[in-house]
Amino acid sequence: MKAKIKVTLKNGVLDPQGKAIVGALGSLGFAGVNGVRQGKYFEIDVAETDKSKAEAAIKQMCEKLIANTVIENYDIELA
Amino acid sequence: MKSAVITFPGINRERDMMLALEATTGHKPISVWHTEATLPDVDLVVVPGGFSYGDYLRCGAIAARSPILQDIRAKSLKGLKVLGVCNGFQIITEAGLLPGVLARNAALKFVCREVKLKIENNQTFFTNKMAKGQIVSCPVAHGEGNYICDAETLKALEGEGRVVFRYAEGTNPNGATNDIAGIVSASGNVIGMMPHPENMIEAIHGKVDCRPLFESLLAA
Repeated sequence: MKAKIKVTLKNGVLDPQGKAIVGALGSLGFAGVNGVRQGKYFEIDVAETDKSKAEAAIKQMCEKLIANTVIENYDIELA
Repeated sequence: MKSAVITFPGINRERDMMLALEATTGHKPISVWHTEATLPDVDLVVVPGGFSYGDYLRCGAIAARSPILQDIRAKSLKGLKVLGVCNGFQIITEAGLLPGVLARNAALKFVCREVKLKIENNQTFFTNKMAKGQIVSCPVAHGEGNYICDAETLKALEGEGRVVFRYAEGTNPNGATNDIAGIVSASGNVIGMMPHPENMIEAIHGKVDCRPLFESLLAA
């Protein structure tokens, strides 16, 4: 199975990269960009075929390595 | 005072740290490669600075999951002294030895300059030769040094005197919460700091402000 994982900064955590992107978009002439929050996207291919088992394993991976849950949220989509 | 310095792929300050430890304590530290599962019999372990694993995923994240870190964690619970400097601080926070996160510098830039550090707590194994409130010069070199933690942790750190070093005189280079440059664990035996004291101990460094930090190890 394949898991698609989005890791994003929690609300309130400063995202200087997002701010830099806002500035760059402005200099390219894109008006009206209120804000950008940058995140990460992962695709993890696992041998497990049982959806609930795969989901449990992926959740463990997110908790233990993929995300730092002090400042990041993660969202898992299994396909 | 027996010490060990841990090296991961991408670490580049291990030699500076080993020279500083030898020059100040008189004992040559043991160099430990990250794949080793067990630490030698030492009083202090230092995780030095650099860019372990190229800062892939998050700075310090991969190194924090290496075999040697499991042994460092287990022995730190029994009182082994641990010092993490720069990437070492990032690694030991990722490993859960200290609370919080070192996030991207608020101004996005990598900073390589001299800052002023205020000694907030002189009762630790790395500051006992300093005066409380003393301000020293120290170099920094990092892209991710913005210390962040939740409100509860911050209250505990401040309330329990666990902020050991604070950026002083408006020199906070990274936006760190409350100007925090270094902290100590509740147990007192784990210290993490972003600045590089190992690079300010000899005349050739320009200043020797940080030498007493290392000399503190002898009294600890």
